[in-house]
Amino acid sequence: MLELNNLTAGYGSFQALFSVNLEVKDGEAIAVIGPNGAGKTTLLRTISGMLPVQSGNLSMEGTSLKDVPPYRIIDLGIAHVPENRRLFPSMSIEDNLRMGAFTPNARPHYEERLDFIFNLFPRLKERRSQIAGTLSGGEQQMCAIGRALMSSPKLLLMDEPSAGLAPVIVNQVFQLVQQIRDQGLTVLIVEQNIEQVLQIVDRAYLMEVGSIKISGKAGELIQSESLRKAYVGL
Amino acid sequence: MIFDIFLVEAIINGILFGGVLALLALGLNLVFGVVDVVWICYAELVMVGMYSIYWGNNHFGLPLVICVVIAIFAVALLGFLIHFLVIRPILGTPPINQLLVTGGLLFFMQSLATLLFTGDFRNLGLHLPVLELAEMYISFSRLIAFVTALLAMVALYMFLKRTYLGAAIRAISQDREVVVLMGVNPQRVYLVASALGGGLAGLGAALLILQYDVHPLIGISFGPITFMICVLGGLGNMIGGFIAAFVMSQLISLGGFFLETEWGYVIAFVFFIIMMFIRPQGLFGNRS
Repeated sequence: MLELNNLTAGYGSFQALFSVNLEVKDGEAIAVIGPNGAGKTTLLRTISGMLPVQSGNLSMEGTSLKDVPPYRIIDLGIAHVPENRRLFPSMSIEDNLRMGAFTPNARPHYEERLDFIFNLFPRLKERRSQIAGTLSGGEQQMCAIGRALMSSPKLLLMDEPSAGLAPVIVNQVFQLVQQIRDQGLTVLIVEQNIEQVLQIVDRAYLMEVGSIKISGKAGELIQSESLRKAYVGL
Repeated sequence: MIFDIFLVEAIINGILFGGVLALLALGLNLVFGVVDVVWICYAELVMVGMYSIYWGNNHFGLPLVICVVIAIFAVALLGFLIHFLVIRPILGTPPINQLLVTGGLLFFMQSLATLLFTGDFRNLGLHLPVLELAEMYISFSRLIAFVTALLAMVALYMFLKRTYLGAAIRAISQDREVVVLMGVNPQRVYLVASALGGGLAGLGAALLILQYDVHPLIGISFGPITFMICVLGGLGNMIGGFIAAFVMSQLISLGGFFLETEWGYVIAFVFFIIMMFIRPQGLFGNRS
């Protein structure tokens, strides 16, 4: 579904990704793990067109994303739950979700998608008119995921959904991700919470200073001696 | 005893004046909230609107209502062009450049108006009745202006609340980067907001020409006060600007009542300066 070939990108003269190769197949859940500053967020931002590609290629279902303007990426079926959730803090939950259905393709399905998301997260339905800035961290994450799902995406990009949340809430967030997987959605998730994320994905890539170091099945990676020593701390 | 019917009249006049100021403040706040640029020349857009109504009515003999519609669209187009030709190329530069360039536009529009229309004071020659109500005299043109301004603000509120484009306008003022992920093209929203801000200035022009003569420097009468209202309410905060408009207009009206008309403005501006010491972010602002 999503293919990255020798992808290089960065901020101005600063290079943050070094020929990254990555593939997400239809229906898969993939994690990109690694320490802070490894380029995981940059990777997602490049896929979403928020950062220009310097060289290499990336494509979604065979369509190259290189010359697609950032605001057209969503039309190709890619939705992005950004780092730190980035809700519109003084708008209600419902207005935040409405923004998720902004594109002309998504608008006709607004009601049915809203029902779908309220079914998935009943909590959001209860609080539909509450101002997003006043929600708890976990509720904000639900709203951010809900907003991304409003456009009926094929591929969901998630940037550190567990960051900045209390441990109990982190477990809930991983359950949310599991729920989304159960809906058959393809997911590319970036996480520092390695042990937990490896439980819910099929495959994972380990990233360090802008390039992929190891990749493999989640079950194998979690057994990998070097990974355990370096990151899981066991 | 100070309380008398003239005091009530002054308060009512203050409220009526506040309506038009609130409309202008809303237009300026809308542009600032979305594009993040303060149009120092906003009141000069009003001046252009007043001249277009005056010329349409006086020289081409068009009915006033038609002239008003033309003025609203003409100034909306002017707002669109200001963004497209002047602001857009320098959006990425330091904010002071954007402030200065709209300041430059202010003098450009003033001078061009003087060149085209001379410095003469002109008016439509309308004689709208003055209403007498329990011994109070309320100008009919002020009443029309107030009611129309309120209706326009309600319409704008509905647009911002009920439509996708309105939601995008509110969203972009809160996070201009993340809206792109939702398929919003910011450049388009900037143009829409600039045209809307221009349209509101055009409507404001229609309401002001009922009460004031137009001349090339008319912007000075409304520009600074509109700008101060926006800052007092918290720049970009539309509700704050709405309330601040009535606070300032009441100060002007009551100051004028208890002392002299000129004192009204002195008191309002001193109040503004003191408030800037107490709450530099504005009465309802929370942005740093």
